[in-house]
Amino acid sequence: MMLIPCPHCGPRAQSEFIYERTVDSVVPLDAPSQEAMTKLFTRNNPRGVDDEIWRHTYGCRAWMILTRHRVTNEISGCRAIGPEALL
Amino acid sequence: MSRYSAFSLLRGALTGHRHWQPAWRDPEPKSHYDIIIIGGGGHGLATAYYLAKVHGLKNIAVLEKGWIGGGNTGRNTTIVRSNYRLEPLHNLFEFGLKLWHGLSDELNYNVMFSPRGAMFLGHSDADMVKLAERGDAMRCDGIDADLMTRAEVAKLEPLLDMSRDARFPIQGGLIQRRGGTARHDAVAWGYARGADSLGVDIIQECEVTGFVRDGDAVVGVETTRGRIGAGRVGICVAGHSGHVAGLAGLKLPVESQTLQAMVTEGVKPMINSVIMSQSLHCYISQSDKGGVVFGGDPDNWPSYAQRGHPMVMEGAVAQGLALVPALSRLRMVRTWSGVTDMSFDGAPIIGETPVRNLFLNGGWCYGGFKATPASGWTYAHTLATGKPHALNAPFSLDRFERGATIDETGSGPMPNSR
Repeated sequence: MMLIPCPHCGPRAQSEFIYERTVDSVVPLDAPSQEAMTKLFTRNNPRGVDDEIWRHTYGCRAWMILTRHRVTNEISGCRAIGPEALL
Repeated sequence: MSRYSAFSLLRGALTGHRHWQPAWRDPEPKSHYDIIIIGGGGHGLATAYYLAKVHGLKNIAVLEKGWIGGGNTGRNTTIVRSNYRLEPLHNLFEFGLKLWHGLSDELNYNVMFSPRGAMFLGHSDADMVKLAERGDAMRCDGIDADLMTRAEVAKLEPLLDMSRDARFPIQGGLIQRRGGTARHDAVAWGYARGADSLGVDIIQECEVTGFVRDGDAVVGVETTRGRIGAGRVGICVAGHSGHVAGLAGLKLPVESQTLQAMVTEGVKPMINSVIMSQSLHCYISQSDKGGVVFGGDPDNWPSYAQRGHPMVMEGAVAQGLALVPALSRLRMVRTWSGVTDMSFDGAPIIGETPVRNLFLNGGWCYGGFKATPASGWTYAHTLATGKPHALNAPFSLDRFERGATIDETGSGPMPNSR
């Protein structure tokens, strides 16, 4: 299990969090259809570091962006985001 | 290549079993192949086998970064079935199931296919309606399916908790009697031996690090053992599809996640069929060696780690214990996990890519093992002719942008609809 450094609550067990989606898959409301399609149905999916949106569902319930290595699970950053990030 | 038979075994017994030969060669890579398959798992090896056997091609290589069958072929729960809901999935998996039934003879290699029955449990009225609907859909496409009463389920699997106050009460089930399990390693080894005897070069410890391009076409691969030219290149790397396709500049409709499974110590027969619950997402079977194999949901976040998280394992174990309380007396001896490339409709991708001469077989999610023969057969056709087989035509890479997704669970909206 990972220890996720919630920007509001400090380090917390991963079981308190829900993975939502990657940052590259957030579709802006005004995206042209080609961009929307790409973001909906494809992923960078790197065998390395990527930005992911997680939610501290069983804690402060806030959304955050976690920067994590997909092989080592090393977390290199976790920053709070506002509701605008999911528009 | 000598054929395996009872006679050869007896003859070997008389000479101290000194007659055994390696089942496949260990060749140096040539400078050029007509077709290169990246990935020496069951699917890649089956593809090579059918390319040589069915299409008569000779100059084929399978490149494997580690050892053959060391990825998801060696990391699954060996379940074989074709009890899906939608027609394209019926056609593909049922074609595969028919190949499974003759596979040991075809390969002259015992893959220990055991059609002991694959059973879905129904836990509620809604579940039973859903199972009846699925069974009807299967029978309409000529696939066997029998709806089971509660008593029939209890008779087949006496160790299930059938009490009325069970955590997950059981109301009935749906069984596909021709489904079952097979020995995963033997599938890879059998196809490898068959392909090798037909002249396919199986090159292990040879990782593809890039593609050689000529304009819009791929004309070879860069590997840790040098550059190898190719007429056509087929990606067949399961969880690493996104990574390898990324080397060619492609962005795929998959997200790689970890899927765990585990096995207990060996005991006398206690689980007779393959018990699955789709409401829980738990599946339990017993290997011929006696170990009870079970698994659950994927670790539901992206990962290439090939190791799972205990909290997900705990969930799978809790479900297994609730269904079969006797499991609580067994010791777990091994757990493992594989990297699965989860596609966004749950169905695989087999076909062309936007890059000329580059083909893709991936997106098998948590269900690739059962499809090994069908995957190999259709991918071989696609690589040999440059065009999809009728069976894999619906599983094209461009189906997402065309809105022609294939809902693997048959349950409605896609993950992205939320």
